[in-house]
Amino acid sequence: MSQGSRDHDVREARLLGPRVSTGIGWGALVALFLLGLFGLWGAPPDEVQGDAQRLMYVHVPTAWLAYLAFFVTAIASALYLWPRTRARVWDRLAGVSAELGVIFTGLTLVLGSIWGRAVWGVWWAWDARLVTTAVLFFLYLGYLALRRTSEDPSVGAKRNAIAALIAFIDVPIVHFSVEWWRTLHQQATVFNPRLSAEISGVMAWTLWLSVLAFTLLYVFLLDRRYRLAALEDDLDDRELDRAIAARVADAQPAGMASS
Amino acid sequence: MSLAGEVRLVAGKDLRIEARSRVTLAQVLPFGGIVLLLFAFALDPDRGRLAAVAPGLFWVAVLLAALLAIGRSFAIEQQNGARDGLRLSGIDGAAVFLGKTIAVAAQLLLLEVVLGLGVAVLYGVDVTSVVVLVVAGVAATAGLAATGTLFGVLAAGLRTRETLLPLLLLPVITPVMLGATRAFESGLGGEPAEAWPWIALLGAFAVLYVSVGVLAFGPLWEDS
Repeated sequence: MSQGSRDHDVREARLLGPRVSTGIGWGALVALFLLGLFGLWGAPPDEVQGDAQRLMYVHVPTAWLAYLAFFVTAIASALYLWPRTRARVWDRLAGVSAELGVIFTGLTLVLGSIWGRAVWGVWWAWDARLVTTAVLFFLYLGYLALRRTSEDPSVGAKRNAIAALIAFIDVPIVHFSVEWWRTLHQQATVFNPRLSAEISGVMAWTLWLSVLAFTLLYVFLLDRRYRLAALEDDLDDRELDRAIAARVADAQPAGMASS
Repeated sequence: MSLAGEVRLVAGKDLRIEARSRVTLAQVLPFGGIVLLLFAFALDPDRGRLAAVAPGLFWVAVLLAALLAIGRSFAIEQQNGARDGLRLSGIDGAAVFLGKTIAVAAQLLLLEVVLGLGVAVLYGVDVTSVVVLVVAGVAATAGLAATGTLFGVLAAGLRTRETLLPLLLLPVITPVMLGATRAFESGLGGEPAEAWPWIALLGAFAVLYVSVGVLAFGPLWEDS
């Protein structure tokens, strides 16, 4: 197995160019700093909820990122399954995006729980959106667990892509059934989506800024995590190459090992 | 051979293995029974709590037992190179999927009948509509068997399949758990008419996952 026969080259194994990636990283940092300023001081406290409402500026963008990340995973998995676009890049992208999605889903649940405690007085409510998000979390934890077991990348990749698509089509059914369940059996929960009725002015701008900042952060993390995954794969390949070469050298009589 | 013939062949093979080995009958079924007893220990049986939550407990017991039955459905292919034999037989992946789904569904239905009797006797429930129970049970079983077979082949051949299968399968079948439990609540002491929307959901779920399985099982089966 020569170096050139590998299906990827480490120098090429990037989503974005190094400069673009660094630029987006700085952009994310600046946007997050501004978000901190506006979210904590710039935007006024909510009339009803007071300062607790400021959690919106992290809760909403993490939830948005979770959905964006899983959407990217589904698209990348579909592109991997489509024979014309089958490439390792899609498999890897699906995996790293799902990792970010699970992290941001977890953050959404934790931040939502803290917000709920402050506003509704409970850590958890059996609201349709909460339950769906919790199921989503486990759905993709399972997907990540499946990914970790893959031994042969080419076989595993197809299986992973199919699993990602099954998880993706399951989300609307779970959402629908859970929503139906909650509305049929419980009239009014503590959860009221219109609790903060009108968002306007500085608050709306801050919310948009938060979505922008977190999206930049997602792209930056995605690129860096992708690079890391590519380097890990390369390291595995190299170690295998070295082990094979060592075995071949052992088996051959002295003096012929270099051929 | 026609698709139906191939399906019958695969389902017949799996059921014949079960008839001879009696693993579902001798191990999975008693497991479901002890789970029913455990629920009674967890929830004090004297306060009428069991009857109120019997539909949910029944389906949790069925789901746990189903995990074992699905694992078994692929474990039998591990031995003696059975999987390679089946792959080399030229039987279509879709036929293997449908055959295995039918075999799993048949075992689950038997399991549900026995566990259902157990629930009726142990938990003291009122049956208001047998039709609702039967239709909901069949629809839920079809969805459960189809998703189970799909994830069974997904996890088959992996070293951690026993622990991976529940993690993969349980989140996906949340709608089945919800729909079947709500439908059973209507059939056991509730208003039977309320069950039909949930049964429609269960039916739609089953149709969707049978279709996904027919499409996706082939490639997964080739690679497993």
